[in-house]
Amino acid sequence: MPWGLRRTLPRISDQVIRHGVGALPVVLLCSVFIGLTTAVQTSYQLMGVVPKYFVGMGVSRMVLIELAPVLAAFIIAGRSASAMAAELGAMRNSDQIDALAVMGVNPYRFLCLPRIAGMTVCVPLLVVAVELVAVLTALAISTLLLDVSSYTFMYGVTHFFMPRDFFGGLVKAGVFGLLIGTNGCFFGFNVTGGAEGTGRAATRAVVASAVMILVVDFLVALVFFAT
Amino acid sequence: MIRVKQVSKTLGGTPVLDCVSFVVPDRKVVAVLGPSGTGKTVLLRVLAALVEPDSGEVTFDGGRERLGFVFQTGALFDSLSVEENVALPIEEHFNLRPEVVRRRSVGLLERVGMADARILYPKQLSGGMTRLVAIARALALDPAYLLYDEPTTGLDPLMRDRVCDLIATLREREGKTQVVVTHDLDAVRAIADEILMLRDGRLTALAAAHKEDYENPCS
Repeated sequence: MPWGLRRTLPRISDQVIRHGVGALPVVLLCSVFIGLTTAVQTSYQLMGVVPKYFVGMGVSRMVLIELAPVLAAFIIAGRSASAMAAELGAMRNSDQIDALAVMGVNPYRFLCLPRIAGMTVCVPLLVVAVELVAVLTALAISTLLLDVSSYTFMYGVTHFFMPRDFFGGLVKAGVFGLLIGTNGCFFGFNVTGGAEGTGRAATRAVVASAVMILVVDFLVALVFFAT
Repeated sequence: MIRVKQVSKTLGGTPVLDCVSFVVPDRKVVAVLGPSGTGKTVLLRVLAALVEPDSGEVTFDGGRERLGFVFQTGALFDSLSVEENVALPIEEHFNLRPEVVRRRSVGLLERVGMADARILYPKQLSGGMTRLVAIARALALDPAYLLYDEPTTGLDPLMRDRVCDLIATLREREGKTQVVVTHDLDAVRAIADEILMLRDGRLTALAAAHKEDYENPCS
């Protein structure tokens, strides 16, 4: 393995642990409610109109295509883009980034590459976890409260499953991770104005990430699901 | 030798450096004095290529990559221990085994008298200890040139003497060429071979052997 890659990989895995594993509890908690709410809403809209297994189909496809990638990305953007911008902003304010440059260490390779690569890896992994938990909790509430048997629910999930839904959601998640990491690093690196500027950068990183997530969500929908 | 030729820099519409020229001879310590806010730090950052001058040029015999910089705050990495801070430039520039990196970084910390603090983190250090560790880190790549931004400001007299002794030792024993930006007159008296005064963006000499090198106005 090349020396540069051997130096960078541990930093990427650090970021995956910090922003991926660290975000897991809150993301999973949210995914429970995503699953519960989606099942109740789907049941409300479809019950009596179409067969009950459409609840399983509706929940799983909504979660895989849209809800899991987008809502997980919003949560991670709020948590990680702001943290990255604040951390890098504090490093900028205390000359740590300049210190790297003077030492002949490329600050972008040392600080940004691991963060951006780490987010690009960990957001799709988190989205898979969200999808799993959301569908399982939807199954649970459908069985317990909505008068849909587990067999019927899972029939809807599996019979209408399309790999394109799953992989389209994962591609979205990867692009969202890339955007979140890039925004966190960009706004953190360009902090001016001390502590106030750092706060402003953190806010901008989250807002820019949220807007870009929605724009990219639409573009990926056009590419993967428009036909 | 460091040669600074007719360097000018304007920040926010205010000229901070106005056609500044000087040379730093090999194995000498040049101190740049001046009141706060006169552009001393900007001058140092121009030397280190952290700030691009509007005009003029800075050249280092042997290249700028042989440069160490000690920031006023130390600029140590909060998430790394003292030893890891010193090891970082070595790890990034040389493909060495961890035990060799460790031996080198501990050796550098011993040179500045901070080996006992190697497992501490920056937030656990006093201001003086931070400066000493920052000097150890700046020495990690064995630079020919060292730039210091206010290395003794805010230190107690004992720690200030320790930092000054270290700067003098680096000149005498290792032949480092050093530029110290400060407003600490006692430190200047203790370490400087040449003294320059920066005021209103212009340099004047207080005690120097190469006046002709920096007293030429741009015109």
